[in-house]
This record gives sequence, structure tokens and C-alpha cells, in this order.
Amino acid sequence: MNESNSGSLYAAREPIFPKRVSGKFRQLKWWILGITLVIYYITPWIRWDRGPSLPDQAVLVDLAHRRFYFFWIQIWPHEFYFVAGLLIMAGIGLFIFTSALGRVWCGYACPQTVWTDLFILVERWIEGDRNARVRLWNAPWSARKARLRLTKWLVWLMIAVATGGAWIFYFADAPTLLRDFLTFQAPVVAYSTVAVLTATTFIFGGFMREQICIYMCPWPRIQAAMMDPDTLTVAYRDWRGEPRGKGMRRRAAAAETYAGGETGGRRSPVIPVPGLAQAAVAPVLARETPGDCIDCNACVNVCPMGIDIRDGQQMACITCALCIDACDEVMVKIGKPRGLIDYLALSDEPRERAGDPPRPIRQHVFRFRTLLYTAIWAVFGLGLLWALFVRPEIDVTVSPIRNPQFVTLSDGAIRNAYDIRLRNKHGDERPFRIVLAEGSGLAVTLEGASGDEVMVPADMTALHRVYVTAPAGSAPAAADASPVSFLITEPVSGESVEVGSVFNGKGSE
Amino acid sequence: MDDKETRDPVTGVDTTGHEWDGIRELNNPMPRWWLWTLYGTIVWGIGYAIAYPAWPLVQGATSGLLGYSTRGEVAAEIAAVDARNAEVSATLAAADLAALPVDDPAYQFGVSGGAAVFRANCSQCHGAGAAGGVGYPNLLDDSWLWGGTLDDIEYTVRHGIRNDIDADARFSQMPAFGEMLTKPEIAEIAEHVLALSGQDHDAAKAEAGATLFADNCASCHGETGTGDREQGAPDLTDAIWLYSGTREAVTETITNARFGVMPAWGPRLSDAEIKAVTLYVHQLGGGE
Ligand code: SF4
Ligand code: SF4
Repeated sequence: MNESNSGSLYAAREPIFPKRVSGKFRQLKWWILGITLVIYYITPWIRWDRGPSLPDQAVLVDLAHRRFYFFWIQIWPHEFYFVAGLLIMAGIGLFIFTSALGRVWCGYACPQTVWTDLFILVERWIEGDRNARVRLWNAPWSARKARLRLTKWLVWLMIAVATGGAWIFYFADAPTLLRDFLTFQAPVVAYSTVAVLTATTFIFGGFMREQICIYMCPWPRIQAAMMDPDTLTVAYRDWRGEPRGKGMRRRAAAAETYAGGETGGRRSPVIPVPGLAQAAVAPVLARETPGDCIDCNACVNVCPMGIDIRDGQQMACITCALCIDACDEVMVKIGKPRGLIDYLALSDEPRERAGDPPRPIRQHVFRFRTLLYTAIWAVFGLGLLWALFVRPEIDVTVSPIRNPQFVTLSDGAIRNAYDIRLRNKHGDERPFRIVLAEGSGLAVTLEGASGDEVMVPADMTALHRVYVTAPAGSAPAAADASPVSFLITEPVSGESVEVGSVFNGKGSE
Repeated sequence: MDDKETRDPVTGVDTTGHEWDGIRELNNPMPRWWLWTLYGTIVWGIGYAIAYPAWPLVQGATSGLLGYSTRGEVAAEIAAVDARNAEVSATLAAADLAALPVDDPAYQFGVSGGAAVFRANCSQCHGAGAAGGVGYPNLLDDSWLWGGTLDDIEYTVRHGIRNDIDADARFSQMPAFGEMLTKPEIAEIAEHVLALSGQDHDAAKAEAGATLFADNCASCHGETGTGDREQGAPDLTDAIWLYSGTREAVTETITNARFGVMPAWGPRLSDAEIKAVTLYVHQLGGGE
């Protein structure tokens, strides 16, 4: 592990061979992995009837027609704030979880973690568990090694293709696209998207793994600001574990080595947290009786990030808790209480050292900080819900034409023009009636329509030029500007909106 | 600051030897793939700079081995669009505009294309909103000097008005009455014209002007002053004035006459473009 410090400009990735582990956190991870994958693959295939001319896909990002369908909700481009709001909520949601439970997102639900877990599962299934994989890694190339490697890569590739393949179904009618895709009639962008996502899944999940989390993902660098000493995060109870049983001598030797300037070697930068971090690197504790840690390295061997959590809080740790499962298993075997490695808060360290039990979990989870985040999150959520329920079924924009502000007709009448944009959000063609609200003495004519109704095709926006004329000598014709108000009614649903605007008269000349 | 490499006793990692205020920089090497990615982008950047226009010279820039240019790309895009529109363009060029249904693709194409033609060629005089100005006709209103049907408009666009280029240009000339009539006579005619258009006027002078109008002006503007589209004589009774309808402006017009010129677009625009801009102007709100 020391070569990385030889002064070379670069360091090769050290392969990590996580060992199989079982336990309650591993179980939880399997469940989350299964559920998220099922959601990801199944969602595009759910149907939702919206009428004859609208797509029947429940979740669809229709970029070509600039629509976003989410079950009963339909988002138009001018309502994109819904999407922006959801993204903000997702961000704040990450803050809530991180401040309460550290990098739980990373450890359980992050796609990088989920797919890496899946890839490791395949790897273990084909090449065997940790020891077999290490042996295979060190073995010279042989027919067997080639066969195992190729099988593994092939299965990875199949998963990668399926991953990229599922993504495109969110952007077009899934059954049609699948047929087109298989018969080579799908658009080029579909193939290129699948190709790119296949390549990234294959490389990120198969070969880069923890490198993504440590070097490419910005989140580990931000998370430190989200966490405080009350945050529950995976840590090692060094006051209970040290000095390590069979490692006492080794530690003593290591302490000398440090003093002598020899390298200790650690894979990832240690976040310097007062108390915990130093304890791990401090040389031998004064205590002479061995602690609970038997230095079996089980916790290190199962870690997908290749770190030793006993070194203290580390940037690379994704709090996946696999080391907790591994150590708990050991503790049960040697007849000690579980929890040598555990979700714990740094603020509890002094009392635990003194022999008191840690504070209950709810005191860590429901704190001012998390409640504040939750409150902000809820404000956004309620705001979006409110916007969703009050948004009008018919949607109209009236823009007065400013160039020119008005036109004088031959009989001296003053005419203003308006562009009225009508959005029909229904799956069938609908009429819209455009009249002026209350008797203002002004005349309205719709360009390209004989009456006061225009048809707007299903699920479309129509732009209509509307003329409003004030007779020569009337008050609006002589005034600088006077208010006008359009009453737009959609007779089928009976809904109507009144939109105010301005009528410019000669006075401004 | 001494550059001697030392080892950090706590982490056991080499330091770079750099020290600031007691803080020493650990020499944690970059991952190999990361550096290779960096080198890769450098190599790619050099290749890119050779293949594409990149280095600024005194005039212009290196042209790049691939001969790529944004201008060329735009030209190609325009050519592609033209090719795609060739068919509808041809339909439009051959169409009888008056018989073209509003929902015909050629009509839609004409109105949108005409808007672009208008912006590029006509807006300099008639304004971006087609509202014209003093001396430049407003194309949005319902008053037309030479007629507002599609055929009239197309003829005007194609041949222009009072220009030397096109022998078929619409032509009319109002005499400058300053050389034929006295100032008081002109003033009387002006009052009469104000009366015709329903504006404030001196009734006595207007009465006197009526005879002068019948003798000098009625041959073109008509007995009642309603104008004559055949010869482009403006209607003097409506509320629309090309050169403004104030007493001063009318007096000026009678004294010195007006002689606005519009170029003939026949030689410059294609048939399809002329028809397109005709459709566009016709649907602006005053077409007949
Ligand atoms: S698994 Fe537990 S006992 Fe084994 S080395 Fe890790 S901390 Fe120590
Ligand atoms: S140290 Fe433990 S919690 Fe952290 S990444 Fe490794 S196994 Fe997961």
C-alpha cells in the first residue's frame, strides 16, 4: 500500500475486492437495490389514459412536443417551475438526510452505488468471493482466467445495455420505441444515448467504482458542510476497541515506524474531526488490556471503498454500513456486544467513553437543523402542491402589439392589435370564445375567424391576432391609454378567465 | 520554504516540502486515469487547434486543416432549408394568390416567409411593424393609394412607384401649384381640403376654395375629393394622411407637391418572394 507515496506523479488504482457480508444493513441494501431497479425499469411501461390524441404513457418526457407527463399531471414548458421546484426539493431532501444520517444517499440509493453493488454481485457469482478474486487477479493469464473475465464483462455489458436502454423509454412511447429500436428504425439519438449510457455504466460500475465517489463526485466534498457532530455516521468506537487484541504488538511497531519516519499509508484523506480521528492514529493507548477489536480485518475486507473505518471518519466512506454488519458478526462470534463499529454521533463520544449509553436515535434525527431543512422542504412541497391545484385549466396570454401602438383607420377609428395565445391542455380540439369584458363600446374582430370563437387543436397552443377598434372621437380613441379586459371562455368546460390589457389611443401621439 | 521532501509523521505521507504558516502540503498523487484524462484532453486540444480554425492572426485566424467555417455551415444550412422548401416555393411562385386558401401550406409558408422578406427589404421605409411614417405609407390601415387587393399589392411590390428602373412602375405626378396659383388661393384650397376631411377650418375660405379645387384638383382627386386609385390620387376625405393632414402640411403639399419613390422589387426578389411579401402585407390588417 505504500507505493503511492514514492514520489510518483500518479497513483494507479489499487483494486478492491469487497468480501461478501450478511446482516441487517446488507439486507436493507438489497431491498433498496431491488426496489430502485424495479422502479427504474418498470416506470416507462405503466400506461395512463389521457384521451385519444395524448400519449398513454404514465411518465413521459416528451421533448419533441415540449410536454412532461407524470400520471395525471401534465407540465407545459411555461410551467417548468414545477420541475425546478422538484429538483430543489430533491436537493433539500439530500440536506435533510445528510444532516441526520450522513451519506446515506451515497451508501444506499445513489445509482453509482446501486449499480456497483449489482456489478460486484455478478463478479462474486462468476469469480467467487474475495479470496478467489484476489487469487484470480494475481494469477497469470490462462484459459480459465480469460473465460471468467470474459463472462463477467459480458454480463456487465448486458446490464449496462439494459441500463442505457431503459433510460430512453422515458422520452418516447416505450413499446413503439422498443420495436423501432430492435428493428433499427429508432432515431439516432436513441442509439447514441444508449451507447453513451452503456459505456458509462460499464466503465463506472465495472472499473472505476470508488474512484467515481472519491474523485469525480462533488457531493462528498459538500457533505462535510451538511454534517455536524450530532450527525449519525458510521464510526468505530475506538475507546472500546483499542488497543486491538492481536494487533497490539503491531501497533507498537507502527508507532515506532511513524516516529522513525516510515510511512503508515492510508488510502484516502482523513477528515480531521476532533476526537475521533486522532484517536485512531494516536500510537498505542496507555491501556494494557486489549480492547474488543481483534484486528480480524473483516471490516476492511468488506468495504467497497477499500478503507479502514478504524482510521477515523474519511471522505471516501459512503456510510454503507457493510463494515457494521461484518464487525457485528465477529462480535457475536467472540461473545461481545455488537456495535464496535456503528452509526454513532461524534457528540456522543465523551459520554460513551465515560460509560453512559448513547442518546436515543430520535434526538439525532429530530434536531433544529434537520427540522429546519424539513420545514424549508415542506414549504417548497406545499407551494408546488398549491400551484398544482390552483393552476387554471385554460391558459391564456394576451400581448398587446407595440409596433405600432395603434393604427388610424380611414374613418378615423383607432385600432389596437393583440396577440392572444391560447393553450388547450385537453386531448380534444376545443373552441375558445374571445370577447371584451363588459360593454366598453369597443369592437373586437378575430383575424381568421368569422364569429367570436376560435378552435384550438388538441393539446396545442394557438396564437391569434385580435383587433380592438374604438370609433373615431370615442373616449378610448382620444385617451392616451385606457384599460381593456378580455373575457376568454372555453364553452365545453365552461371555464373562463379575464385578462386585462391596455388600449392605446391617439392621445399618445 | 525549502523544497526538501519530508515525511509527515501523522499520516506517513510524503510532503511536497512546501510549508505555509506551519501547514505542510501532502504529496498525495493523482489517480493515474485522472492524469491520462488530462493528457488526453491536451493532445485532443492540439489536434483540435490544427484541425479547426483556432489561432488568431493579424487578419483573421488560421483556417484549420478541415476547412471548417461557421459561415460555410450557415450557407449549407440555408441551402438545405431552401432545398427543403423548393417545392412549396415553386407552388407559391406559380399560385394565383387570390385563389390560394388560407389553410394551404403555400399560404402559411408565404406569410412567414413574407415577414422575413419584409424585414430584410421593406422595413427600412415602412417600419418594422409596417406602420410607415410621414411620407411612407402605413400598410396596416384600410386606406390604399393604389389599391389593396392581392393583385394590386403584388403589382406595386414588383414594379414599384415612380422609379426609373421599371417602365411599368406606377406613376403619378401632382403639379406644384406654387408656380400656378397665388398664396391666398392655395390657402383657400387648403381650407377646402380641411373641410373635406372634417377638420376645423375657416368656412368662408373653404367656400372660396371649392371652386379652385373643382378647377385644379378634381381631375385627379375627384369632385368630392375621394381620390382615384387608378392614378394613385389620395382620398382627401378620410382620416389618413401620408404627409400629415395639418394646415401647414396640406399647404406645403399643394405648393410644392410630393414625389415619393418606391423601388421596383421585380429585379431583386424572386417570384416566390414577391408573392410571399404580398401575402404578408395583405394580411396585416388592411388587405382588401
Ligand atoms: S471487524 Fe471489528 S473486530 Fe474485526 S478488525 Fe474490524 S473492528 Fe476489529
Ligand atoms: S467504511 Fe464501512 S460504511 Fe464506510 S464505505 Fe467502508 S464499509 Fe461502507
